[in-house]
Amino acid sequence: MPDFDAIVVGAGPAGTSAALTLARRGLKTVLLERGEYPGAKNVQGAVLYGRMLHDIVPEFWKDPDCPLERPVVEQRTVLTHGEDSVGFSYKSRRFLEGVPNAYTLIRVRFDRWYAKQAEAAGAELYAGVTVRELLKDGTRVVGVKTSEGDELTASVVLACDGVNSLLAQKAGLRPELKPEEVALGAKEVLELPSERIEERFALEKGEGATIEYFGSVTQGMLGYGFLYTNKDSLSLGVGCRLSDYQRTGLRPSEHLEALKKHPAVRRLIEGAKTLEYSAHLIPEGGLRSMPPLARDGLLVAGDAAQMINPAFREGSNLAMTAGRLAAEAAVEAKAQGDFSEKTLSSYVEKLRGCYLLPDLEETKDLEERIAAVPDFLEFYPGLACALARLRFTVDGRPKKEHLREALGLLRKRGFLRMARELWPLRKAAL
Amino acid sequence: MTEHAKETVEAKLGLLEYRKGPEPHIHLKDAGASAPCVSRCEKRPCVSVCPAKVYEYDEAGAKVLVAWENCIECGACRMLCPFDNILCDWPAGGFGVRYRYG
Repeated sequence: MPDFDAIVVGAGPAGTSAALTLARRGLKTVLLERGEYPGAKNVQGAVLYGRMLHDIVPEFWKDPDCPLERPVVEQRTVLTHGEDSVGFSYKSRRFLEGVPNAYTLIRVRFDRWYAKQAEAAGAELYAGVTVRELLKDGTRVVGVKTSEGDELTASVVLACDGVNSLLAQKAGLRPELKPEEVALGAKEVLELPSERIEERFALEKGEGATIEYFGSVTQGMLGYGFLYTNKDSLSLGVGCRLSDYQRTGLRPSEHLEALKKHPAVRRLIEGAKTLEYSAHLIPEGGLRSMPPLARDGLLVAGDAAQMINPAFREGSNLAMTAGRLAAEAAVEAKAQGDFSEKTLSSYVEKLRGCYLLPDLEETKDLEERIAAVPDFLEFYPGLACALARLRFTVDGRPKKEHLREALGLLRKRGFLRMARELWPLRKAAL
Repeated sequence: MTEHAKETVEAKLGLLEYRKGPEPHIHLKDAGASAPCVSRCEKRPCVSVCPAKVYEYDEAGAKVLVAWENCIECGACRMLCPFDNILCDWPAGGFGVRYRYG
């Protein structure tokens, strides 16, 4: 008899969602986390979409202990060109109705709370345990071995061990990731009193805003900057393709310093004191970098399975859904007493049957298509700024001349070429 | 008055809490004078890009120095190295960086 029905490796959104679901359904479950506590190694922007957590912990926002920062009522997109910027903002308090759409989070606080929910459901949590390798019987995964040399066995192992997933690699599911397949994100948490945040971002008390910055702030690299409002702090970060950092030799922390000085950022963070600096990889290879999700005795979920939709700033929600569905597949396998790849593959069917795989399928080429136009993130924000400047400048010339100048800018690029270059963006639009 | 004086990587790393592991979790497969880092690597992306400045090139000693204690465990170095010369595993359980915000 194995020690456990299920071993879940990694107490992030995927692993904790899985462990919680497994324990609730009566499976003997252990959740292993290499950090000293859940969240100790985790970094995220962080925006969490409410719906997928609500599917697991109904009405989580009503739990006074749930460490949410601010419900997001306003989402801004800012295109930068040099020191100029042009922005789009959508603000609606309808985001607060029913299941609130999104919250900003401090991941470490949230992960600790979330892991407690899994424990309350009956999962055994062991933090400070690094899983070094998988135990196998032939090709079947039968357990894990820790850095202390302990061996734990189970009917099924769920690898929810994050973007680097050394387990997926050791299981032979995938080779090392390539620098084109990941983004390197660097972030700082900046302390600022809540009243000042509300003043600067024009927010009602307790409500939150998010900003994404594209264009010149990424210095010719594929990526973006972000600024999110927490309760009494801000999260400011940049994330660009690792291959672009490799090419430019720019250090992410210095990139972050440059972002701080941009006029569209500077005054929003002024006087804020840095509390913490962090960096993390974001698996942006999409569907094409996705490893096999099920093997005999093994399931893979979350960042470990490349479940990120960067076009829509989604990741932890995908991880939660995948963790829950992997757990459900394991529960069914337990009922059948069969943990073979064939049975566990119902997980993949479940992912296909919800939003997760269809969404990743839709956006799988998006980054490639943008990267294929080397000046995409330079030219289009520049064009947007130029058109905005013409629109808002009163210089004594007849408007007809402004229009002619604007058309000239467009003609220079060529309408057909622009249509071709912008066409892939439709998949990121809705 | 701007207060974000924590501008250097060193100052930023100084804000972090670490629990120093009993042994290094990062190794260079070939660390000697014959390593590709010395003779063949032109840009040394590990040195320039690592967000925690773990890697430094020692011109005099003709080798890459590894300050593994600074590591914030992003894993980028493994992918950055054009010669696949970096072995970066996780620290043993509970050791390494411990974020308070994340």
